[in-house]
Amino acid sequence: MLNKKNKKIDIIALFVIVALLFAVDIIAEMVAPRTSLFFSVVKKSCVYALVAVSMNLLNGFTGLFSLGQAGFMLIGAYTYAILTIPSEMRDSVYQYFDGGLVKNPIPWPLALIVAGLIAGIFAFLIGLPVLRLKSDYLAIATLGFAEIIRAFVQWDKFGPLTNGSNLLRGYPTFDSLATDWFGSPKFSSTIALAITVLCVLLIVLFINSTYGRALKAIRDDEIAAEAMGINLASHKQISFIISSFFAGIGGALLAMHQSTIQATAFKSAMTYEILLIVVVGGIGSISGSCIASFLYIAASEWWLRGLDSGSFLGIESSLFRGGFRKVVFSVIIMIIVLFFRQGIMGDKEFSLSRIIEKIKRKKKTPEKKTEKKEVVTK
Amino acid sequence: MSEEKKNVLRLSDITMQFGGVVAVNDLSLEINEGEIVSIIGPNGAGKTTAFNVITGVYEPTNGEVDFLGKPIARNHPHGKMKKLYAGENKEKYLSKPKHGKKVLTLKPDAIAKRGIARTFQNIRLFKSMTVFENVLVAKHMRRKSNLFTATFKLNAKEEKKMKEECLELLKILDLDDVMDEKATALPYGKQRHLEIARALATNPKLLLLDEPAAGMNPQETDELTAFIKKIRDDFGLTIFIIEHHMNLVMDISDRIYVIDFGKLIAKGTPAEIQNNQRVIDAYLGVTEDE
Amino acid sequence: MNFAAFIQKNLPYILAGISVGGQYALIAIGYTMVYGILRLINFAHGDIFMVAGLVMVYTSASLPIYVAMPIVLVSTVILGVLIEKLAYKPLRTAPRMSVMISAIGVSYLIQNLALYITGGLPQTYPKIPYISDTISVFGAATKRVTVITPILTLVLIVVLVLLIKYTKIGIAMRAVSKDFETSQLMGVKINKVISMTFVIGSFLAAVGSLLYFTNYTSVMPTSGAMPGLKAFVAAVFGGIGSIPGAVVGAFIIGICENIIKGAGLTTFSDAFTFALLIVILCVKPTGIFGEKNIDKV
Repeated sequence: MLNKKNKKIDIIALFVIVALLFAVDIIAEMVAPRTSLFFSVVKKSCVYALVAVSMNLLNGFTGLFSLGQAGFMLIGAYTYAILTIPSEMRDSVYQYFDGGLVKNPIPWPLALIVAGLIAGIFAFLIGLPVLRLKSDYLAIATLGFAEIIRAFVQWDKFGPLTNGSNLLRGYPTFDSLATDWFGSPKFSSTIALAITVLCVLLIVLFINSTYGRALKAIRDDEIAAEAMGINLASHKQISFIISSFFAGIGGALLAMHQSTIQATAFKSAMTYEILLIVVVGGIGSISGSCIASFLYIAASEWWLRGLDSGSFLGIESSLFRGGFRKVVFSVIIMIIVLFFRQGIMGDKEFSLSRIIEKIKRKKKTPEKKTEKKEVVTK
Repeated sequence: MSEEKKNVLRLSDITMQFGGVVAVNDLSLEINEGEIVSIIGPNGAGKTTAFNVITGVYEPTNGEVDFLGKPIARNHPHGKMKKLYAGENKEKYLSKPKHGKKVLTLKPDAIAKRGIARTFQNIRLFKSMTVFENVLVAKHMRRKSNLFTATFKLNAKEEKKMKEECLELLKILDLDDVMDEKATALPYGKQRHLEIARALATNPKLLLLDEPAAGMNPQETDELTAFIKKIRDDFGLTIFIIEHHMNLVMDISDRIYVIDFGKLIAKGTPAEIQNNQRVIDAYLGVTEDE
Repeated sequence: MNFAAFIQKNLPYILAGISVGGQYALIAIGYTMVYGILRLINFAHGDIFMVAGLVMVYTSASLPIYVAMPIVLVSTVILGVLIEKLAYKPLRTAPRMSVMISAIGVSYLIQNLALYITGGLPQTYPKIPYISDTISVFGAATKRVTVITPILTLVLIVVLVLLIKYTKIGIAMRAVSKDFETSQLMGVKINKVISMTFVIGSFLAAVGSLLYFTNYTSVMPTSGAMPGLKAFVAAVFGGIGSIPGAVVGAFIIGICENIIKGAGLTTFSDAFTFALLIVILCVKPTGIFGEKNIDKV
């Protein structure tokens, strides 16, 4: 009974938090100047939050240590861009390939979904041989696949489709969509937030379903899970495909944020970055991944900026030059990895009911102590 | 004993060889509906290996396993094993399979779906989950919902039924008061109970218990004896047990199989086994002063 | 095209491949030994290799080459051991995934540190006299390092194999790689063995770096990532934990990669390595010389 009540509190809290997020973002969009870094940080952290959550689904909830995220993002980003570049832009974008193979764009929401689907299809094909591998072998094999995908995308022969190693541009971005709808780039970050919230909610629903429980069982003990009738191959495949589907959408969102994309950016370093976000947030915690994405992007692109340009928190030093921010940043991450292995949230979710219970318990603890003492004296 | 009863499990000439080591050698046994059968033998005799063959963790090197009259595993020495094979009945399963393919291997999950559930010698609970979730997971394989309906909560009725059944089970096993605790936070005896609860949640017809009384004191063992009989009757189960506690084995078993070095050395009722000279020599004699 | 003609046409690439293969082999040993003992993919190993290159750049700017080279070797070894003590030792009892994440974190840190120090600019690698000289082999013009690398690699590996086979520390290493806990109980000083592994691995990586960067004009913070990954693939290919396996794997990868480059498919030279990796993992996950482990239920 208590459980049900708690669940209700948590669901309400979730909606309140999401509403608050939107409120803060919308107010900021109305008040803050367009040049504020806040908007870029919101957009990018939305993208990273989605990808980090998708990676967490694999690494945290299924126990599959995969390092292929950048590859699936690449597929998503390219699929989205290729399908949405307007016809009139194609000649200039694909200038070396006669305007490219695809001539007519499709609507961007559809392209987003297709981006996810294509990434999912690739995941299915890659998963067939790879998912049988254990821990670090799986990691290195998925990393390898991401590199192979990148090589193929950059191949001249695919140029008419992918534009080879040249960049893609001209497709609808958050800014261009906001301009279309509201007349100015205002509220572009709200669009990013809305898409991300929707996707993350879908993942949360999935994780809380009976399938999510089965995946956790696989993570905890494969042999026992199998003995309980859970088909390892198909469940790992499901998790891998869903994770890649959302990584693909995440890649498409990254393209929407950046306004140009190029395959060279999707290196393994990108996967490592996302992995570190997942670790900082807590492996196995969706809310942790979201919080960590925001902190990570905000710190690296906004708050610590002073470290690169000479003065930080009023301190000036010749040490503060280009790149120092990233050094400080990676030291912080190492400290978290080594000494706060649980990350921000551990494997728990943000839960109002738990906080309430904790507060209640804190109030109760003195009583409990006295009870124990009584027992001892008896 | 009970010829008129339906056969549940039959092992025919099962040999399990790892490289050059023969862990189970030409083991044949059968278990009938409603029976409680034990398999005993010194450590390393191949009991758990036999369980692993039955549940599909290993594929046997030779022989056949039938469950409710249908084969769930069949093999003959092939590939590298052709040369290495050191067991018996090498040719027997090479030709003329009774049903379907010559070599048949089912994955553990497929076998679990057919109705064989097990517990593990070294407890294997899902350690990040609560007691309740541990049991609930076992219901997953009986789901009718698919990915879509489950994600979008269109299977609320089924979920509710799953949860009610699990709650029921936890009550029967006296675990309902700790259902929201982490499974690993339970005391050892309760963890063993939880493993049984989890196995029962798969709605099995045959339950394999791998040393259920390990680490229990005499009183707990007695309780366990009564408990195993109770679940056999309440759930209409057939039960196959590996156990070292002789009191429990003798109390509970309808029939006993004794193996040593992978080979069957005796079978019969508890009374017969207690008076079997070979068993006394090979096994009871050694462990009497335990 | 017959075999002789194929060789004739591809000779420069094969030579380059053997040379690169030797360099990969030197890096791969670091991976394979650490994996053998700690079951850890030391993602930072490629970056240690890169740092060796940078140290060479900076020391040779102010010191003569023959002084700079020993400094490179010593400082790389110190770095390798330091990383082990700071980033891996505290996680000895942690799950394997945590240690691997720590390795990725170290790699990220080293690259960012290098980025900060170099200012992101490629650093011109010094010309090492004698080994940078151009010579002619069977009519193909190449640097002397091309010939020196395989010979030096083989010599070092023979020394290493003898070391592992006959010295006390070598025997301890083999024991630890078979069974970590048991050898600890048998009184093997685990930490000493692990440090020694990192000393050997980093030393060979430093030697590899001296040879490798001779073929390139500059060192960048990300220069270590690809050779590192490829050397790792070589280690997996040969059967991780096996030193001869790593060497054979490294030569195969080096040669194949250069022939592919010669065929005009440079984009795929990296992809090929990974394709090879995935094929071997799917067909024979334990590599050519690896041993099989069965999980006990």
